[in-house]
Amino acid sequence: MAIAKVLGIETEYGIAGGPDMDPITASSIVVNAYAQQGRMRINWDFHGETPELDARGLPGLTSFAPIVETHLANTVLTNGARLYVDHAHPEYSSPECRTPLEATLFDVAGEEVMRRAVMVANESLNPEHMITLYKNNSDGKGNSYGTHENYLVSRDVDFSYVIRAMVPHFVSRQIIVGAGKLGAETDHAIDADPYFQLSQRAEFFEEVVGLETTLKRPIINTRDEPHSDAERFRRLHVIIGDANLSQVATFVKLGSTALLLAALEDFGPEPFPSAPRHPVRAVRAYALDPTLHAVEICDDDQWRSAWDFQDQLWQLADRYVTQRGGEAVADDGEVTLILRQWRELLDGVRDDTDAVADRVDWVAKLRVVNGIRERYDLGPHDAKLRAIDLQYHDLRPEKSLAQRVGLTKLLDEGAVREAVHNPPRTTRAFFRGQCVARYPDQIAAANWDSVVFDLGEGPLQRVPMLDPLRGTAALTQDLLEVSSTADELLQALDR
Amino acid sequence: MSEQERIQKQRTERTADTAAEVSVDTTKGEQLKAELDDLLDEIDEVLEENAEEFVRNYVQKGGE
Repeated sequence: MAIAKVLGIETEYGIAGGPDMDPITASSIVVNAYAQQGRMRINWDFHGETPELDARGLPGLTSFAPIVETHLANTVLTNGARLYVDHAHPEYSSPECRTPLEATLFDVAGEEVMRRAVMVANESLNPEHMITLYKNNSDGKGNSYGTHENYLVSRDVDFSYVIRAMVPHFVSRQIIVGAGKLGAETDHAIDADPYFQLSQRAEFFEEVVGLETTLKRPIINTRDEPHSDAERFRRLHVIIGDANLSQVATFVKLGSTALLLAALEDFGPEPFPSAPRHPVRAVRAYALDPTLHAVEICDDDQWRSAWDFQDQLWQLADRYVTQRGGEAVADDGEVTLILRQWRELLDGVRDDTDAVADRVDWVAKLRVVNGIRERYDLGPHDAKLRAIDLQYHDLRPEKSLAQRVGLTKLLDEGAVREAVHNPPRTTRAFFRGQCVARYPDQIAAANWDSVVFDLGEGPLQRVPMLDPLRGTAALTQDLLEVSSTADELLQALDR
Repeated sequence: MSEQERIQKQRTERTADTAAEVSVDTTKGEQLKAELDDLLDEIDEVLEENAEEFVRNYVQKGGE
């Protein structure tokens, strides 16, 4: 049986402005502003971080282990998320969620967290130093930063099967969940001189499989850092995704990927379509072709377009749900919604893009870019068009184009406001978030798989949370409610 | 009905179908165009005034 697809998204936001035009300083100001506004300075605990471990076993000689920065602003929020400075960007890592819809909710709550953080930060800055944030993945000048998805996968699945099964999805899903961008910014893509690409990220990928995330980016990232019981679980760290402004796109991105991983656990890799023979070439070539006609030769000597892959993968997911049910991913209603929206987006991008301009980011963006271009008779490289591309992702409500292009909303605004402060009830993030909210003065630090308490006397006490499905509201809410202090909570946990 | 007539009839039906689709599409297209015009008006109002500078100044360090 497939295991529950606990999941979440980490988003690095683009940042502009700040006192000395230094993005690290500006990012720290944003993160600290939010932490102080909440009168909450819960530190992140780096115990158990092992970004250098490779899912394939020994890393290759050319692999450089990512560096964990411990000196920058870093905090845990009452909704169970982590808000911190990663390299030169403020990053929101959503709490662990139980379903794609819930993970979409907490990703959108992250936008609101960032909006509030930057608002508080700007109150203390001179007008000429105002900071602005962008939910995107590149600056159009060759610098890219990530939006990473995480999925809980059974340790029983051989990692080579993950590679075999998931490469087709990761190279092709951009046709429905790409965020789109004008032009190109890496040498090989510049040579192709595209007017528009489906994905912000595709051209930055250089390897099929690898450990790095900042250079020689791989389609399948092998970071083996489960943040949970490593005997039972993997955390598949997916670095090949765009940040979506469309809630439906985020939902379909997460839902389709989670369903395919569940199908892999139950069916094995055999029913998955044969992978492109040159996956890196495929992901780039598909991105360069908004007509969706580009085809790539596959391991079975068939030629497939990205659409062909997605169609086959949808059929597989649909058959999986019919035969085995989709409980590993979500309840019946939500699984039906995933399949229906995935199908509609697929048919839309092929037959009638206007019909999905309310849900597919690249379609929504391209429609506006072309509209303005036609209205003012602009050349393809006009700065005004580039400004639209960037401003689509602008987080300022008065500037955001994504908020104006008529994107369909999946989530209730009240639920988003709730999710800014309150954790999901369905995973260990509930326990983490509640502890941070209830006992802030008695928590020394927290991270994904533990909370460390400082009761003032005696040694620090670590409460491990190695199973993402323990620590839920169902399991811990009663305990938390009767424990007015952390001492009482720890005594109750000991019993 | 002779083979010839049958083909003729099919062709006519197909042509009629196509015409119907085209007319539907035109209406939808007009409506979408009107909506897009309104949308572009709204976007025009909030677009950064100095697009060139706005785009030039947006430089990031790589992340992840």
